[in-house]
Amino acid sequence: MRFIFKTDYAQDIHLAKHGGHIFWYSLLMALLVAAPWLFAEYWLAQLTFILIYSIAALGIMLLAGFTGLFSLGHAAFLGVGAYTQAVLTNAGIPFPLALACAAGFSAAVGWIVGLPALRLKGIYLGMATLSFGFIVEEVLARWESVTGGNAGINIKAPDLFGWVLASEEQFYFLCLALTVLSTFGILNLLRSPTGRAFVAIRDSEISAQSMGIHLAHYKTLSFALSAALAGVAGALYAHKLHFISPDQFNILQSIDLLLMIVIGGLGSVHGAFLGAIFLITAPQMISLVKDYLPAVVGQAPGLQGVVYGAVLIGFVLFEPMGLYGRWLKIRTYIEMFPFYRKGMFKRQKSFQKSDRLK
Amino acid sequence: MTDILLSAKNLSVRFGGVLAVNQVSFDVKKGEVFTLIGPNGAGKTTVFNLISRIYTPTTGSIDFVGPSGKITLTDQAPQNVAELGIARTFQNIELFEHASVLNNLLIGRHTHRKTGLWQDLFFTAQAREAELRSREKAEEVIDFLNLQHYRDTFVAGLPYGVRKVVEMARALCTEPSLLLLDEPSSGLNVEETDDMAFWIQDIQHELGISVLMVEHDMTLVSKVSDRVLAMNQGEVLAMGTPREVQTDPGVIEAYLGSEDDVSSLRRPRGSTFHTGASA
Amino acid sequence: MQFFQLLISGVAQGCIYGLIALGFVLIYKATETVSFAQGELMMLGAFACLVAMTMFGLPYWVSILGAILVMALLGMLIEFAVIRPILGQPAFSIVMLTIGIGYVARGLITMIPNIGTDTLALPVPYKDELWKAGGLVLNVEHMVVIAATGVLCVLLFALFRYSKLGIAMQAASQNQLAAYYMGIPVKRLNGIAWGLAAAVACIAGMLLAPITFVHANMGFIGLKAFPAAVVGGFGSLPGAIVGGLVIGLVESFSGFYLPDGFKDTAAYIVVLIMLMVKPNGLFGEQLRKKV
Repeated sequence: MRFIFKTDYAQDIHLAKHGGHIFWYSLLMALLVAAPWLFAEYWLAQLTFILIYSIAALGIMLLAGFTGLFSLGHAAFLGVGAYTQAVLTNAGIPFPLALACAAGFSAAVGWIVGLPALRLKGIYLGMATLSFGFIVEEVLARWESVTGGNAGINIKAPDLFGWVLASEEQFYFLCLALTVLSTFGILNLLRSPTGRAFVAIRDSEISAQSMGIHLAHYKTLSFALSAALAGVAGALYAHKLHFISPDQFNILQSIDLLLMIVIGGLGSVHGAFLGAIFLITAPQMISLVKDYLPAVVGQAPGLQGVVYGAVLIGFVLFEPMGLYGRWLKIRTYIEMFPFYRKGMFKRQKSFQKSDRLK
Repeated sequence: MTDILLSAKNLSVRFGGVLAVNQVSFDVKKGEVFTLIGPNGAGKTTVFNLISRIYTPTTGSIDFVGPSGKITLTDQAPQNVAELGIARTFQNIELFEHASVLNNLLIGRHTHRKTGLWQDLFFTAQAREAELRSREKAEEVIDFLNLQHYRDTFVAGLPYGVRKVVEMARALCTEPSLLLLDEPSSGLNVEETDDMAFWIQDIQHELGISVLMVEHDMTLVSKVSDRVLAMNQGEVLAMGTPREVQTDPGVIEAYLGSEDDVSSLRRPRGSTFHTGASA
Repeated sequence: MQFFQLLISGVAQGCIYGLIALGFVLIYKATETVSFAQGELMMLGAFACLVAMTMFGLPYWVSILGAILVMALLGMLIEFAVIRPILGQPAFSIVMLTIGIGYVARGLITMIPNIGTDTLALPVPYKDELWKAGGLVLNVEHMVVIAATGVLCVLLFALFRYSKLGIAMQAASQNQLAAYYMGIPVKRLNGIAWGLAAAVACIAGMLLAPITFVHANMGFIGLKAFPAAVVGGFGSLPGAIVGGLVIGLVESFSGFYLPDGFKDTAAYIVVLIMLMVKPNGLFGEQLRKKV
């Protein structure tokens, strides 16, 4: 068992709580930096996708996991970012500027979507965001002069003021850098008043307000930040695929984003990454297992849907804290062996209607 | 009248057909402990909600002396109330369940934040400084209320008595000039209520904070209050020192009923009391 | 003339949305959970009827009743196996669970060899028939939808107003604890609510099948039913039908009078306007936390 003896407030503020943290995360970073030399091209591409989806997952985790605002149309922000990046890059604008614009424009759209959030709660907010998602998808398809409509558009390689990132390895490092920046950004927010305000809004709006937290400001801010991250992810997504079309940002993509954070573990930064890893590796694992199943099951087109659905149901039923929650339980078990008790992570249930009003 | 902190004038609030508060007026002086008492449904928490601006009065207004002078509280938005120096606790505890006690208190420091979004995002030296100061202040409150034991525990697992204290701690973290306590001793045992009495006195004398509270426990009320306001069915019954209000005939009638109410239950001396049998 | 055609097809489409929305609202009122699986239950109902008629060769009326029964049982089974254990968890988790149920249902149907990936026709007796009434050419399929919805609404109204079961369900939806104390078997009622919602979805599926044909992605129409439920106000049963009619009519007319692309998004634009103007829908109730 590890006891952390605190002598300084700075220790509480520090992101790494003890030496073990620093060691393991440094090892992870070393592995990620060495990845292009360790992995084959295909796996490097998958890793790049994991990084891109992690950024998007961080965004929606901030909104849904930390602020408690559920967005059922989040793919719209991904699409806005992707298309902004595509249009600007094709017009010759250098990558950093285009990315800033993509993030900024996404944030603006996020801010607008967040305005109804001020008056709406729960399912009504979900419906409003769902509606926005559909409307944005339709706009992307219809505004043919800019977006090329349903035919989609091709995107040129990222151009950093003359240095064109043509190779997959270079693009991977770009994604890695942006992922690291986004993660630190979110971690910094969470240990500062802004992040705490978000968590306060999630847990009890009325008392957040009585503590002086301006609900309207922070809710729209959460939407804007979340959309900005999705915009960055969308921009990188566009560059990675070299081609985007409106149907890549539909309701199924939105559900995928939500799936990520639920399976990863709501309310934790680790959960965003674990969820992204799940989302990208699940199809791989299904393909691997497919050959061992009888043909009628293995070759059927609906298999992926069944697996996703079953995993989602399984997690909600048996592991509501997601993959990260399961990891926490395992780690606590090992740390506290043999004193681990089954009820340590028991969830509070609320059955009264009034309990569930926020 | 420079030492009046809060002044409620002819407050009335109507919810549909129900007149919850009817022409209620009172003043809270600086540095005093002012208690609202009354039977359930008298409108006491409603008055609190009017002060915290959760409700808007149908008629009447509230004046408050904030950091920049006297303002009309009823014109303010709910999120400005904390900044003006009013903090409150809630009758049914409204803590942030999925955060630790320390984080709850740090959220209470929100009105004293010195950093904006961008400083937080990059966690600049300024943000770090502000964090350290916040934590110092929160630790002072933890010391004051003896919450060291629970500092890093998640609120969701805490017993009721501790939660009440955490609520009060969070309110104190906002460094208010007026503290609204909604039934501070409800659900507490005798020992915890005694502690509560000491803390309220400390808050008044050591921290110099004025306290406006709703309370049912008359012993606690007598021990700590400077003045008491008795309410019943949304109206003011009596106002004065605890002794004055407790001996007021109108108040006694509201709590215990008049002679007419109890006469039907009266039995002649010497008869045995039959349960179930008709008189 | 055109106007009237649009009106009828709009009302018919609206009835379908209304029926699915009715299912949402039934489940929401009973268990306060939002079920994203209604669309898929509708699709399963249509497939059930199709299987009964084509594979088992049963006559139309028998197939209909059989499908309704099977779906009602399936709804109750889903509630028992999957929803009951997680009651009390935050609403978002339950929504994700129902999305998962939808995925599984859609996936399983797609996996069935031969019929899973095809678009199939339901051989209803009134297929492709037309009614000619004074210059109007009306699709009998639409008329059947409207008539059936009307009958169903009357039946449900009678159920909730006059029967013990209906009153018990209303009581349980307002205050579960109090209903328990009164001896109402709340958990069983939740199962019945799900069964009823599944049955209603099944009827919607069987009514929709002649118009859109039976295929695995039929359930996506369920997504349009959400705006219907929201417009009507999420806790109100008549509101669900009214909301559905509003959405159906708006879609029908905007498809004709407004430029391309508005037909698909019309429903969502209406929802956004409604949420701005009247956040709780036409008949919804404003619930507020009391502190």
